Amino acid sequence: MEPDFTPAAEPVARLIGEFNKLPGVGPKTAQRFTYFLLKQPEEEVRALAEALLAIKDSIITCSSCQNLVETDPCPFCSSSERDSSRICVVEEPMDILALERSRGYKGLYHVLHGAISPMDGIGPEELKIKELIQRLQKGEVEEVILATNPNLEGEATAMYLYRLMTPFGVRVTRLARGLPMGGDLEYADEVTLMQALEGRRQFQP
Amino acid sequence: MSRARVYKTEAIIIRHQDFGEADKIITLYTPYIGKITAIAKGVRRPKSRMGGHLDLLTRSNLLAAQGKNLDIITQAHLIDSFAPLKAELWRLSCGLYAAELVHRFTPERLPHASLYNLFTVTLERLGKYDKGELVLRFFEMRLLDLMGYRPELRKCSSCSGVIQPGPNYFSSAAGGVVCEECHSARPLPNDRAVSVNAVKVLRVLQGESFETAVCLKLGRELASELDYVLRSFITYILEQEIRSTGWLDTLRRLENTVSPGLSPPGTP
Repeated sequence: MEPDFTPAAEPVARLIGEFNKLPGVGPKTAQRFTYFLLKQPEEEVRALAEALLAIKDSIITCSSCQNLVETDPCPFCSSSERDSSRICVVEEPMDILALERSRGYKGLYHVLHGAISPMDGIGPEELKIKELIQRLQKGEVEEVILATNPNLEGEATAMYLYRLMTPFGVRVTRLARGLPMGGDLEYADEVTLMQALEGRRQFQP
Repeated sequence: MSRARVYKTEAIIIRHQDFGEADKIITLYTPYIGKITAIAKGVRRPKSRMGGHLDLLTRSNLLAAQGKNLDIITQAHLIDSFAPLKAELWRLSCGLYAAELVHRFTPERLPHASLYNLFTVTLERLGKYDKGELVLRFFEMRLLDLMGYRPELRKCSSCSGVIQPGPNYFSSAAGGVVCEECHSARPLPNDRAVSVNAVKVLRVLQGESFETAVCLKLGRELASELDYVLRSFITYILEQEIRSTGWLDTLRRLENTVSPGLSPPGTP
């Protein structure tokens, strides 16, 4: 940058720089956010700043399921209504929200915080795999549902976890794969179609 | 180079990265354009028409449009998902390692059809043969050839004297095997002792067809020596670590401690 010409005042440039770090926010969007906030009343801006700080101050990792929550143990792990003999393993905390929306699962969760991705240098040590094995060692778990994403890295992670869990004699299941509701058969890829055929069920209208 | 605004190409997906709400930035290796980075919109949604056709290590026909920065993939149709490769953790991981090598060795938009063919058959072979280590070593040797780093294995890379069976060294800096005299006269930092058998295997990998090379039987020790020699040579050339090697090492250790299940790396 030219030393004698600053396009924006220092605090403004600083905020633009901070917004620019967010995923999916480019320099232009960062500028729009910044100038929008400049026009907002002070209490609005203060509320945003406080909300930002609050996520860092009050959000912790549940020592059992590794989810990002406000209390440890988290509401799932401490609830007596959840079935503690089942653990559903997901990649990200957001996946729990998606599964909870289905209202079809009453067991516990375990968040890995990623999937094995050798090319990005993400191996088992970078994920919460040790913590999952520790939960299995307590011997209360009967079933582990592998709900990692149905892509190559998710599959690799599932296969690796399966290898590690074999000695515990727990039932290991994987979320079914097949055609999405509202999908179009014509556009399905061969892998999905094959798996949908393999996993077909007795028709019960 | 001027290109059509919309173009069709075959490609293998070698890398992907989440982008925005439901998009992905995908790195493709193509036969006639070389490596391209393109954006695939909405592929992370389950209902995406392209998602399954654009997973890692998948060979697909694509239709892409030239964008300002990144090209945009508009259609994708799977040619080969390399299903046997993806059915097993070890094979799949070998495939990811091969993909990383292709990614690190190639600049964007430099076509290299032979490398594309080598990469494709390697992914097929990894699914077909139980000798993942041997397939990878063959791939590495041919990749080095294609990229212009063919190691010298018959003559000393320093004095050009014929390499005799006996104590020799592999010198990453000299680009091949060096004899003992040259090594002791001027030892280079990346030199390492190389066994007679390792030199023989490297010569077969370099000079013979895959069908001949795949008949080789490597003991665990020889397999890990070859892995080490080629890994240090490649690291020296690229001046960076190949990240997937750490994961392959993890799997090898797992294989040695837990009961069978993966195809045993490096054993006949």
